Amino acid sequence: MSTSAPAIEQLPPRLQQLQRRFTDQPLYALTAILVILFVILASVSPGYRSLHSVSSTVQLAAILGIIAAGQTIVLLTAGVDLSVASVASAAAYVMAQNGGHGAVWAVLIGLAIGLVAGLVNGIGVGIFGVQPLIMTLGVGSIVEGMLVVYSQAQSNGAPLVPGPVHQLGTGTLGTYIPLDVLFVWLPISAILILGLKYSGLGRAIIAVGDNPVACRLAGVRTWQVLLATYAISSILSATAGMILGGYENAVDPQLATTYLLLSVAAAVIGGTSVFGGLGGYAGTIFGALILTVLDALLTVMNASQATRLMLYGAIILLLAWIYARLAGGGLGSTG
Amino acid sequence: MSLLAVRDVAKHFGAVVALRSANLTVEVGEIHALVGANGAGKSTLVKLLTGVFRPDRGTIEVNDQVRHFPSPASAQQAGIAAVFQDPTLIPDLTIAENLRLTNVAAPAVRRCLQNMDLSTIDFGEIVGDLPLPLLRMLDLARALARDPQLLILDEITAALPSDLAERVFLVMRDWRKQGRSVLFISHRLKEVGVYCDRATVLRDGSDVGTMVPEESGEAALVELMLGPAAQDLPAEASVSGTTEINTGHTVIDTAEVPLVQVHELQVGNEVNGVSFDVRPGEIVGVAALEGQGQDALFAALAGRRKRDGGDVYVKGSPVSPSTPYDAIRAGMVLVPADRVEALLPQRSVHENISLPLYNRIAEWGAIRIARENRLVREAVQRLQIDVRAQRQVRRLSGGNQQKVTVARWLAAGFQVLLLFDPTRGIDIGTKRQIHALLRQLAAEGIGVLMFTSELPEVQLVCDRVLVLYEGKVVRELPAVAADEAALLHAAHGLTEAEGVA
Amino acid sequence: MSSVAAATGATSFIPASTRRRFLRRNTWTLAIYGVFLALLLVEKIVHSSLGAFDFENLVIYSLPLAFAAMGQATVVLIGGIDLSIGPMMALVNVVAATWLATASFQQSILYALVIIVGVAALGALTGLVITVSRVPDIIVTLATGFIWSGVALRVLPSPGGGVQSVDFSNLVNGELWGVIPEGALVLAVIILVVWLPFYRSKMGLSVYALGSNRTAAFLSGVNVARTRIAAYALGGAFVAMAGLALTAATSTGDPNSAANYTLNSVASVVLGGVSLAGGRGGLLGPVAAAFVLGLIGIILGFMQVDPNWALVIQGVIVVLVMLFAGVLTLRRQQ
Repeated sequence: MSTSAPAIEQLPPRLQQLQRRFTDQPLYALTAILVILFVILASVSPGYRSLHSVSSTVQLAAILGIIAAGQTIVLLTAGVDLSVASVASAAAYVMAQNGGHGAVWAVLIGLAIGLVAGLVNGIGVGIFGVQPLIMTLGVGSIVEGMLVVYSQAQSNGAPLVPGPVHQLGTGTLGTYIPLDVLFVWLPISAILILGLKYSGLGRAIIAVGDNPVACRLAGVRTWQVLLATYAISSILSATAGMILGGYENAVDPQLATTYLLLSVAAAVIGGTSVFGGLGGYAGTIFGALILTVLDALLTVMNASQATRLMLYGAIILLLAWIYARLAGGGLGSTG
Repeated sequence: MSLLAVRDVAKHFGAVVALRSANLTVEVGEIHALVGANGAGKSTLVKLLTGVFRPDRGTIEVNDQVRHFPSPASAQQAGIAAVFQDPTLIPDLTIAENLRLTNVAAPAVRRCLQNMDLSTIDFGEIVGDLPLPLLRMLDLARALARDPQLLILDEITAALPSDLAERVFLVMRDWRKQGRSVLFISHRLKEVGVYCDRATVLRDGSDVGTMVPEESGEAALVELMLGPAAQDLPAEASVSGTTEINTGHTVIDTAEVPLVQVHELQVGNEVNGVSFDVRPGEIVGVAALEGQGQDALFAALAGRRKRDGGDVYVKGSPVSPSTPYDAIRAGMVLVPADRVEALLPQRSVHENISLPLYNRIAEWGAIRIARENRLVREAVQRLQIDVRAQRQVRRLSGGNQQKVTVARWLAAGFQVLLLFDPTRGIDIGTKRQIHALLRQLAAEGIGVLMFTSELPEVQLVCDRVLVLYEGKVVRELPAVAADEAALLHAAHGLTEAEGVA
Repeated sequence: MSSVAAATGATSFIPASTRRRFLRRNTWTLAIYGVFLALLLVEKIVHSSLGAFDFENLVIYSLPLAFAAMGQATVVLIGGIDLSIGPMMALVNVVAATWLATASFQQSILYALVIIVGVAALGALTGLVITVSRVPDIIVTLATGFIWSGVALRVLPSPGGGVQSVDFSNLVNGELWGVIPEGALVLAVIILVVWLPFYRSKMGLSVYALGSNRTAAFLSGVNVARTRIAAYALGGAFVAMAGLALTAATSTGDPNSAANYTLNSVASVVLGGVSLAGGRGGLLGPVAAAFVLGLIGIILGFMQVDPNWALVIQGVIVVLVMLFAGVLTLRRQQ
């Protein structure tokens, strides 16, 4: 806030220097956390001391990474998308239900579900000015309810994930390169990281999150930006949901439920501010990897569901706390 | 014995030094001014005196006793009450609830308001429904009701129309008569010269002198504020033309089609049939007291509000902007009064300047980096923006922030610049640079419509001036005739005859 | 206006301007009560023998959400949000179902008080962590939600437990003199004895001040940390009551019983006219909204609508109301 005093001190104390470096390059710290977690994982479980295990961890992380990609761009606009999990489940379920019509057709239907849900979110938030939290919450519960009704109305047996989608979710190129990473996560990451910096829409997304009034005065029509953002987010969720269906090779209406809170957690651990205008996708990638490795660690340690939940909560809180402390408001804290 | 003595106080925020070493003494029964350029540390010092921040170093003595203020409440107990630059009344509570929240007795506030001729205020009103100038007066009344030994007024007159400002000065003098003291912070050196007993000048976080403004004059204050750096200002920033009365810089070809034609413009009940032209190369000033329709006029031209009647032509073709985007497409761009409305505080200077380049879906794809870099670089150079703290615009000084809001349009291109009080709360050095830039732009054939609350500015920059009163243009004056007295008379709705009388 | 009022008598003691402001400040709350009454009428038509039994059912069905909405509203008023309400209710549910399974009425009351105080303390801790860590509310409560879910699973891995004392259950399920649902009385007493004094206190003003404008509140001398901790503590107490009401209504403990309450509490708060930005609204609106949502569920039940369609319809109603509110706001800005 302080608009005063631009004078820059020549030699900041060492701690501040460290803090500045962290603020500038949060990815170093995130890399360190990821490496430490993986080292712990590998030392606890010999099975994880292989390139193969790295490969399968990244394969699984891709799903969270893609859902969290949508969450990240929505958070950047100072919103939040609480419909990601319902949309992912719905896309996966409907895709599997239509598997008989061919994989391409099934996937297109899944993506269309994402597009429609995203447009409804975007219209509510962008045009009617509804708070994102409540709008996406409402749309999420509508999608969830309709999915359950739909699933009960199906009489022609259990849904079947199309072969190519199952292949995409579980297969690898050669021994080590997961197909979902190669063909989906990597391109999406590249587009998002570069796009947020070097595309007009990317600039507009971040700007709208930082100050919507300034954007309007500069001629940016914020409703267009928000509409695009929510549509992209839901399409990404639908994509991730279908890959998850392929990974599990089975779908049910609650398929992606756990991914809702994890997607927010991955983005926040990666340094994206829930108040918008600050952050990016590179951090989220690390957030997704960290959470996935953590999950593997808890599985290896044979933690019960109860322990797992408690540790999840504690670690998300701890990481966010450290981040807020080091970044000095990097999470957008105004306190 | 001094009422207040500040010794060698320092404060930094992260790597940014806000106060290096500030000293200040305020005597009993004195109106003491605190002046300095933007970023000199005035507001920080105020916040240290009122317990908002704690100093890193140095002491604050009240009545010769060293005091520490861990919270705003503790400063109030020590007899210091402040009216801050930003309103501190809670918008969703009523006035009465606000007073209860801050432990101030309503009858005392009522008495203070009566002394300022504002006895009709209903304390059941919700604060958010009240106009800003009234809120400043309420803030003042609340501070007075605490009966402080030292009253701090931080830029209180910036948001006040002149009649209310007059009442503030009466209160200050009255306060002094009762043997209390006032610390008065203002950019308006005229006010400092007329009403203050002594003035302390801050520069770059240190005090650089205390003087009696009546003896030394305003010019000496300005010199102290600017310091030796003033000589470093580039030639065109301190050009002779901008400090002298504008006698018509531009030769205007009246045969040419005006850039902007406004005909019988009607906006709500605030603008009632305003007509005027702006020709290429012309800077047209707008002068008015607070609330005479200037906000609505600029909002309508910039597409922030729908107009209710009349026509607007840009280069001869009719435009009816219903969004800022429409106005921008038509070539009319706005620099709003409040920088908070214009800036992306967490983003870089670069991103702030390039923002309008991406306001069309056609520009949503990959950006042309070389072109963008060139446009931004040119704009930064032309406005001499200090880019040391460019990673986040909120870390820039107020003057540099204002430059960014103008630079944005230099990069994007425009034909008509709508400026709403562009130099309010900005230091003199930056002001001069902006004045010089406007003259340059005009010379290149741009049209400028500029509202200003600082009347002397009209003669420095404008070719002619429109005076608004109750939503109508009541007078149009050429710059030569637009001295402060003439403008004030017209702005109060007096006829020329009355003005002479 | 006021002279007319004076001529007509009774209302003349309240100035017209005060009434106008009261109406403006409470339009939304009054509207939601109007909707509630209209829905009661609908229920009467759908289900012709509307009687005390239906009120009783409505109260049992809606009381947990009403308390949860009160908890959420208290936190939202300071500009925060509590995403841990559902998990916390589940935790209260399993602890209560374990303790109350063999407890007498007096013991049950004592346990309930212990639980309320304990959850209020956890709420205060949440507020403290938010203040000290400077991590946004949404993230902190997201994380604590995980933790409470884990603890609930640890306490009671699968559904079980119960409520032995019939008198205790009747605080939610019973009827006084065969007409007045006791749950409604409990709710009214809590609002009168807990919320009203808080609302009228300096702390209550501070809560609204903090939500309305944090900087101005700080400069006005509001202790930001203390106010936030107080709001989260009071919110926690309400959430504990929500969990206890749920336990009394279901007579069982289930760690997965309260999954929908976080989202529904937010929906109730917004439908009840509390601004998610903070500082505006009260607790009576969200309570009414909780009953409206409950009533919609019951009406759809009578109409034999698939409960999953009921979920969809509730979502559609929330979204439509929000769109409507959005249109109103846009209109006012024009």
